Amino acid sequence: MSSQELLSFRLNGQPVTTPCEPARILLDLLREDLEETGTKRGCDLGTCGCCTVLLDGRPTLSCLSLARLVEGCEVTTIEGVSPPQGLSPVQAAFVAHGATQCGFCTPGFVLTATALLKENPHPSREEIVRAISGNLCRCTGYTKIIEAIDAAARGGP
Amino acid sequence: MASVERPTYRLLGQRIPYVEGPLKVTGRAEYTDDLRRPGMLVARLLRSPWPHARLRSIDTTAARALPGVYAVLTGERYPTPFGVLPITHDETAIAVGKARYTGDILAAVAAQDERTAEAALALVRVDVEELPEYSDPRTGIARVAEPIHARGLNGSNVQKEVVQDFGDVDAAFSQAAQTARVRGTFAGVTHAFTEPMATIAESTPDGRLTVWSATQVPHYLHRSLSEVLGIPMHRIRVIKPEVGGAFGGKSDPLPHEIVCAALAIETGRPVKLLFDREDVFYTNHGRHPTQNDVRIAVDADGRILAYDIEALIDGGAWSSFGTVTTYYNGVLSMGPYRVPNFRYHGRRVYTNRPPSGAMRAHGGTNIRYSVEVALDLLAEQLGRDPFDLRAINALPPNSTTVNEFRITSTSFLKCLAAAREKSGWDAKFRRLPYGRGVGLGCGFYISGSNSPIHFTPKMPQSTVHLKVDMDGGIAVHSMQADIGQGSNTLLAAIVAEVLGVDLERVHVQRVDSDVSPIDIGSYSSRVTFMMGNAARSAALDLRGQLIAAAAELLGRPAESIETTHERFQVRGAPEVGVSFAAALEKAMERVGALTATGAYSTTPKGGTFKGARAGTAPAYSFAAYVAQVDVDVETGEYHVEKIWAAFDCGRALNRLAVEGQIEGSIHMGLGQVMGESMNYRGARLFNPSFLEYKIPTADQMPEVEILLVAEDDPEGPFGAKEAGEGPLIATLPAVGNALYDAIGVRFTELPITPDRVLRGIDRRRREGRPWKGA
Ligand code: FES
Ligand code: FES
Repeated sequence: MSSQELLSFRLNGQPVTTPCEPARILLDLLREDLEETGTKRGCDLGTCGCCTVLLDGRPTLSCLSLARLVEGCEVTTIEGVSPPQGLSPVQAAFVAHGATQCGFCTPGFVLTATALLKENPHPSREEIVRAISGNLCRCTGYTKIIEAIDAAARGGP
Repeated sequence: MASVERPTYRLLGQRIPYVEGPLKVTGRAEYTDDLRRPGMLVARLLRSPWPHARLRSIDTTAARALPGVYAVLTGERYPTPFGVLPITHDETAIAVGKARYTGDILAAVAAQDERTAEAALALVRVDVEELPEYSDPRTGIARVAEPIHARGLNGSNVQKEVVQDFGDVDAAFSQAAQTARVRGTFAGVTHAFTEPMATIAESTPDGRLTVWSATQVPHYLHRSLSEVLGIPMHRIRVIKPEVGGAFGGKSDPLPHEIVCAALAIETGRPVKLLFDREDVFYTNHGRHPTQNDVRIAVDADGRILAYDIEALIDGGAWSSFGTVTTYYNGVLSMGPYRVPNFRYHGRRVYTNRPPSGAMRAHGGTNIRYSVEVALDLLAEQLGRDPFDLRAINALPPNSTTVNEFRITSTSFLKCLAAAREKSGWDAKFRRLPYGRGVGLGCGFYISGSNSPIHFTPKMPQSTVHLKVDMDGGIAVHSMQADIGQGSNTLLAAIVAEVLGVDLERVHVQRVDSDVSPIDIGSYSSRVTFMMGNAARSAALDLRGQLIAAAAELLGRPAESIETTHERFQVRGAPEVGVSFAAALEKAMERVGALTATGAYSTTPKGGTFKGARAGTAPAYSFAAYVAQVDVDVETGEYHVEKIWAAFDCGRALNRLAVEGQIEGSIHMGLGQVMGESMNYRGARLFNPSFLEYKIPTADQMPEVEILLVAEDDPEGPFGAKEAGEGPLIATLPAVGNALYDAIGVRFTELPITPDRVLRGIDRRRREGRPWKGA
């Protein structure tokens, strides 16, 4: 392959240095090159939110991001918010409230919710809805996702 | 009726979080595209840019010569036709002779990587003769110059025609006190699951083929692979990884699944074929664009005398489930009401559009909208409340419909009562200010189809195997397909309930045709009822073995032993008992690991006339929904504020999952009624992305209040019926009728977009017919 250069960034707290072509998309780099398959590919067009990762803590669509742009940044994927054992409070709430059905949209929602609660630990219902309105879910009708985020904010599962 | 004490259960009826939930929330659940095999090649498909064309030649020489290309396939290599229904095999893995829609597969490439595969596709030269394009089913009714398929009826594009006539419809209409007619037009909509289709196939030197695929019916895929590839089923292994939503869109055996397997055979290497979102839209198989014409006659009290229905259904390029669709548009229009005279003429017509097929609440949705709007009209004409009109027409429990459906349990009247009361209907209907309104819509759906599609209908529809070993863990095997609806969790919960053990002991195994006994998968809302009954009977078998061992240990007759939590004990003497573990150890002395089997067969019921079995089910679900809307009469934008959803799914075995199915169904129903539309110019789809095909986002969802008021079903497992599809249906007419209450405009064309609302408001104003004083 041509014109590969090395890309360095932090992925889930660990330094990563990997060959990366200029046009490589972050989602491809994560899923194909680094085998972080928790990040899902739903559309490749920035329309579904399944590929959401946190870039320096902010929800970002990895299918629209050139991998090169994360040079020196901190990228957090779903693998990075999952504790070695058990679940994070947001994850536990998603399970308990039935906020995951087929689960394909779930990593994106969990990351979006995790970022929201970090920035705004006690969001109103409207703030939760606004935060997740860029993520599509075809299974749940969002009701239980909103409930789960609300429950996590209140400290319960 | 004598009051029977309703049993309660330890697990069933609770809110049971999904057993695989922890894997899904951590990104550890494995979907097909997450899997990889050593040396895996990448497949790409060349799709037809022509809606209808004769293929003169396809030259793949240059593509084959490209370094890194392992195989290029065209249609002649595997030309055996297939299709989900045995009577309508009209598809091929890759187009043979003709391209029939924009998106039809013309060639397939397997290459070392994506880029090489794309480059190879660009080198394939296709020479065609373009043919007349058919995009209007009305044109296709008559003989056409170039039928899309040779099997079209008498040289037309009609794929299926159904004519049914029960009672004396004309006489009933001539005696009617009132009649209403609704002519509905429905845009096509699509499933829009989040996981694009994906398949991996690997053919190994031991002569076996393994296929991993995002499918909701692994068994039909297994059969089709065998038929088209000419390999016996026992040499094919189908594995279903986690599936990211399906809703009917992954229920047909799909051409790309067969193509991927064919490429694996040709190359001798593992091959992955992953769809992009555009592929998903072109593959479609969503809800059919439909025009229907519904006439209903009632007597002076509002009792339904007759239905006279026509439906013209745009099938797209293939049959798919279309024969079933054509029947369902008629036969599913009657329940929840008693209809003594019924006439139906349905036609499904091939067009050069992406194929339509089965989508959640298949065949029961569009026709229901028109029926419920007609009933709303009739209530108005008679000066009766819409609830009262429905109530006097309710099908009684344990009755038979005019087309010989066997109705067992129905809690429809309870649903009506709950929706009416909780929504505050009596204070709101026609009483809210102009621009706001409430509407009632009802629903009826099969709880599994009595007619399995597979070709040996004498076999059970579902089989479940259990195995318990020394560790006390219970492995459950079944080919039911969890596609997010929670069937693995229900399977585990039923087994745990019967055996009295903790849920964590039960491990539902991944669907793998080498070890999973056949269950015909997730469609027709059949899984809870059929798999549930099979699981229950397997668990009862196993429990019998454990009780026999406990009886031996306790020196008491087996009949005196009862099952409690992780323990078997003597009824009336709870201190005399043994633990689950002790009983298991004893039972294993004779045979080692314990195994048990359970199966469920439907008894085919229904009449003997042609098509009598279509729509027959072991039970039916019922629904009554009220929607409340708020219309901005200046812009035509409207908001559904709330939906009260009273649903009869028998006993809800997992409340969390049932609520999730209802909420998700309402989302999908709202999408169809408010805005979703497959937009065509002629036969060409021009919105194949989520940018232009918009499904509702979180901020567009109304509040949903779920009312589960039903009685147990006598034959469903622990009293349950379906909750996966039926909950969609009532959503659409509830919104349509609420808009009428709000602004006095009847909408018979879906989706009801703001510009249509605005036009409706304007028309009414121009006609000088004020509504609610405005
Ligand atoms: S895959 Fe990135 S938004 Fe859909
Ligand atoms: S859980 Fe299936 S798309 Fe959200």
